[in-house]
Amino acid sequence: MRELALHILDLAENSVSAQAKNISIRVLEDTIADRMKISIQDDGKGMDPEMVEMVIDPFVTSRTTRKVGLGIPLLKEAAELCNGDLTIISQPGHGTLIAVDLQLEHIDRMPLGDLADTYLSLMVAHPEVHWIFDYQVVVPGESAQWFYLDDQPVKDALEGLPLCDPTVLAYLRGVFQDGINSIRRDDIQMEINL
Amino acid sequence: MPAIKSLDDLKRVRDEAMQKRQLKTEPGSIQIIVGMGTPGIAAGARETMRAILDYIEENQVANIVVRQTGNIGLDSWEPIVQVVIGESPKVTYGRVNPDAARKIMKEHIQGGNIVQDYVIES
Repeated sequence: MRELALHILDLAENSVSAQAKNISIRVLEDTIADRMKISIQDDGKGMDPEMVEMVIDPFVTSRTTRKVGLGIPLLKEAAELCNGDLTIISQPGHGTLIAVDLQLEHIDRMPLGDLADTYLSLMVAHPEVHWIFDYQVVVPGESAQWFYLDDQPVKDALEGLPLCDPTVLAYLRGVFQDGINSIRRDDIQMEINL
Repeated sequence: MPAIKSLDDLKRVRDEAMQKRQLKTEPGSIQIIVGMGTPGIAAGARETMRAILDYIEENQVANIVVRQTGNIGLDSWEPIVQVVIGESPKVTYGRVNPDAARKIMKEHIQGGNIVQDYVIES
């Protein structure tokens, strides 16, 4: 995975698989504290402590009954390489929160990548889920720049029109791209073009 | 601040979309399912999805439902795209990069011909 936005996509898909009805994704670039923070909160079926351990490190367990992907261990390692960490808070029946925190300007930090595309893909491909998409950039001397989209009012206004309708798609693509790319800093914009 | 400042924009989008839909008579439903498990994402499935959505937008193809699914266990064939048209059996395509996705949209979805080069199962 070469972008954090792809890891976000992966984590969000886990939340969908856990039958979540509400999923919130938050990304914060804090240039003052030099941290990038990503969190994905869902109200899916949650995990017991044993499952959480297995998800973080599938090679430690002796359990073979469940298939566990490598998305989370890879992201955890990527965070730790950048003076950061990955935390999972989860409880069966109560959903899951995955929080990733890493140093923003660390030389090994992978780019955030195409967050707009990740957000749009999730919203369109899983219309049964209520999504909240958040992206904030904090820069010294300026007020925080913030993109926030709760998809419920959007769906209500569309009155049942499918999100895959070409006219709707074009509009949503514009909302995500314009909204997110207008608050990115220039050096991050360069990373997308590489 | 909220990304969509006014819901009036959405009303306009809805009206425009409804008008266009009335002009077309496209029978049946088409379902496209893109594998978006960890191996799929690592193999480029998000770009495949993007190619499919862009094709729909550019060619004004209505009546398609695009979904994402988790890992279906064919890791070495990712990115995987499954196509279900009406009552026909599901066609599973493998190694679908964006170019292959565009080909499938044009030849199978719009043209009705399965693209044999990429089929894994049908």
